[in-house]
Amino acid sequence: MDQNRIRNFSIIAHIDHGKSTLADRILEVTNTVTGRDMRAQVLDSMELERERGITIKAQAVRVEWKGHVLNLIDTPGHVDFTYEVSRSLQACEGAVLVVDAAQGVEAQTVANAYLAIENNLELLPVVNKIDLPQADPEGAGRELAELVGDDPERALRVSAKTGQGVEAVLDAIIERIPAPAGDPDAPSRALVFDSSYDQYRGVVAFVRVIDGDFHAREEVRAMAQGTRFETEEVGFFSPTMKAAESLGVGEVGYIVTGLKDVAKLRVGDTLTSQARPAEEPLPGYKDVKPMVFAALFPTDSDEYPQLRDALERLKLNDGSLSYEPETSQALGFGFRCGFLGLLHMEIVRERLEREFDLDLLVTAPTVAYLVETPTGERLEVHNPADMPEDRERVEEPYVRASIVVPKDGVGQVMELCNDRRGRFDHMEYPSTERVLLIYELPLAEIVFDFYDQLKSRTKGYASFDYDLAGFREGQLVRLDVLVGGEPVDALSLVLHRDEAYARGRALVDRLREEIPRQMFDVPVQAAIGSRIIARETIKAKRKDVIAKCYGGDISRKRKLLEKQKAGKKRMKQVGAVEVPQEAFLAVLNLDEGSKK
Amino acid sequence: MTGSVRHLYVHVPFCAHRCGYCDFVTVVGREGLHGRYVDGLLAELELERMVLAEPLETVFLGGGTPTFTEAGELRRLLEALPPAGELTVEANPETVTPELARLLREAGVTRVSLGAQTFRPDLLRVLERQAGPDDVRRAFYHLRDASFDNISLDLLHGIPGQSTSDLELDIEEALALAPEHVSYYELEAKPGTRFTHAHGAELARQAEAMEGYFELVIERLTAAGFRWYETANFCRLPEHAQGRDLRSRHNLAYWLGRDYLGLGIGAVSTLGMERLRTTPRLNAYLAALGRGEAPTREVEQLDARIRADERVMLGLRLDTGLPFADAGASLDRAALGRLERLGLATRRVGADGPETLVLTPRGRRLGGAVTAELLA
Repeated sequence: MDQNRIRNFSIIAHIDHGKSTLADRILEVTNTVTGRDMRAQVLDSMELERERGITIKAQAVRVEWKGHVLNLIDTPGHVDFTYEVSRSLQACEGAVLVVDAAQGVEAQTVANAYLAIENNLELLPVVNKIDLPQADPEGAGRELAELVGDDPERALRVSAKTGQGVEAVLDAIIERIPAPAGDPDAPSRALVFDSSYDQYRGVVAFVRVIDGDFHAREEVRAMAQGTRFETEEVGFFSPTMKAAESLGVGEVGYIVTGLKDVAKLRVGDTLTSQARPAEEPLPGYKDVKPMVFAALFPTDSDEYPQLRDALERLKLNDGSLSYEPETSQALGFGFRCGFLGLLHMEIVRERLEREFDLDLLVTAPTVAYLVETPTGERLEVHNPADMPEDRERVEEPYVRASIVVPKDGVGQVMELCNDRRGRFDHMEYPSTERVLLIYELPLAEIVFDFYDQLKSRTKGYASFDYDLAGFREGQLVRLDVLVGGEPVDALSLVLHRDEAYARGRALVDRLREEIPRQMFDVPVQAAIGSRIIARETIKAKRKDVIAKCYGGDISRKRKLLEKQKAGKKRMKQVGAVEVPQEAFLAVLNLDEGSKK
Repeated sequence: MTGSVRHLYVHVPFCAHRCGYCDFVTVVGREGLHGRYVDGLLAELELERMVLAEPLETVFLGGGTPTFTEAGELRRLLEALPPAGELTVEANPETVTPELARLLREAGVTRVSLGAQTFRPDLLRVLERQAGPDDVRRAFYHLRDASFDNISLDLLHGIPGQSTSDLELDIEEALALAPEHVSYYELEAKPGTRFTHAHGAELARQAEAMEGYFELVIERLTAAGFRWYETANFCRLPEHAQGRDLRSRHNLAYWLGRDYLGLGIGAVSTLGMERLRTTPRLNAYLAALGRGEAPTREVEQLDARIRADERVMLGLRLDTGLPFADAGASLDRAALGRLERLGLATRRVGADGPETLVLTPRGRRLGGAVTAELLA
């Protein structure tokens, strides 16, 4: 394939601005997919992705247009997957930056545009949804031009829905985006920008060839991780897998590795020929670490093996998911899982519940804390219950948040950010109507209902994105909840000292409502170390008798008692106290309850 | 040929009106059938008589409203029943005339259980009872006049709208009549019934206020010289009753796990490892007996474990407690330890008697939860 006739590009956009619809239309216009096979959003193959209208796994597809080969690399549309987005962008020379003509530039538009500029991509501004009655293509075009430093006239106007203007986008891709620049004769190098797992063929790597070429039956090495394998097949997507003789310089396609573990081949790694290896890997490889943690317990403790199997199977396709067994006194056997972010957590949880039919109890999400003990030991803590009593200092992860908000919502957003221990950085004005706020915030605050609060305080108009910005020291404490004097491990929290009292009070009040009265008084307490900061008492029941045993109808009474006994079985035991599952659920959903 | 069963229950279903809270097998408005029903009962008695060991210890005539039965038919029934040491009849106040009281006495009835429920007129209306408070008192005196010396008052606490002072007044009124025995049950509002539909919301509102009613009943009656011998049953202490043991011997038979035979529609029998429930349908019952056949009975197969569980469940309701030997494998020993530490249960070792498990007063008030905990 003539290198000069290849174009590699991504489509980047804020959520719901029409990225996937534009991709669908491109497949259709280029006859890559016939009308009959056309399903809306062909690229989003997982059921959940289609349903939520988001793309979780990046994919690539090859289309032909006017004698050129265009490789469309789809990127995940969410902040949790920033690293994957950046790797996908690294595989491209250009990006189509889409904004909704009615919405204009949003936080993710900004974040993605910056990411593309950092990767030296040629940006092709596109205003989408021009068919909408409330569309303002001119305004949106101006905002886009401002953002990327381009002439507003050069912004293309399309309706991905009707197909209007899509051909012009394809023409512009050929005209404006440069051809790939690699050296066909240099030792081979390919960037792994994604992978998937096929139960028969093992790990399938999605690659962009930077230099040289790759063939089937070739010894290959992943330079960062050192993994070696023989390529079983190479090829490209159009849009299904089509085997090819080789993948040449500048091309995008797949390599079937035969590896049985996705963790052996990480996104961002560089593949090279074992026979004639390159000296330097491609820049930018990172070992992505999970930042958000939560424990998952099966509602029915008998389902523990099913949960373990389900996590194993999810992990096959999702190298960024981590988990280790956790035993809670109150909730039994489960797993503490690490996620890239909240959305990632939600997706995993939903897939477990939907695809594997599991009922789960999920603890409040927490972040990774770095703890220094008085002896100078440094620990990374993923579970509040593991937070040591004695500690010299604790550091927590911070993010740099971009928030785009209509100008009359600025006050509320700043108030929210200040409440959440945010540090104001600066403000920009992408248009006369909207303001871009840049704040530094603790990730833990975002993990607790920040996004919902932001939406509700701005009537849904604010958009939000973030990047990790390193660890900072914080005045953090561990809050424990005790029921009948026994700590309930699954309810422990790490939080800022100033928030401890209010959260402790809310937890205690909610538990008092949810735990049924027992045969004895049950104190419910919130404590920091040995100091009790909130307390309520669930008064003992004064009567519990099965009423009249009449005319010898003993069976009825026995059945009532059996029912009472069966009810006890469903209870979780905290010391001598029987706590219904619903009480834990209610407390773990405290955040959701407080939103209303 | 004779059997071993010494307790007989006879169900007489007829009522003038079905009260909203009642969930017993009752028949309203079939007055013409009283005679045929008594024929049926007597025919059924003949069919089942071989399980009985006569003379019986107890016979209990329950309903329905046995005293609503046409007088001649009631007399015929009572006179045909096998003789027993204790013969109890349930009576509704409005049916008790001097004549009826005499009839019962002459027919050998030794004990009457009078369904008073409450002395508050408004609460009687809530319960849809036919009697007013004066009917209750009048009925009681008619029975005394007929020289009944063992009268039980049936009362309810937890009636929708019942205040603490209503309950205190009820207890005072009941004590003023000086009954030998009091049954004091908590009103049960069963989900889905007309009564619960009408009063459920109010009951839920009052639930907290009514928490203490059971305690109040126990406190007042024991202070007045009554023995709290079963969860909901009280009798005058022997020192206040010329040394008599006034516990209901028939009900004790249930609580002690004895076998009993039940006659009539919807009646339950426990015979060895079988529990039988006669059809509740009046026509089917009469038709079968008219053909000389036994009416349909639903059979529940019991086993030693179930009977031991029931023994625990019922035995723990008594102030005499439960001999460990009777509980078999049904007791969870670890749970027993916990309950002892919580002050809800104790072990009692008699000088020569068996070791028994007795619930403390608080344990008895929490009997349902305690039993659920104790059953292995």
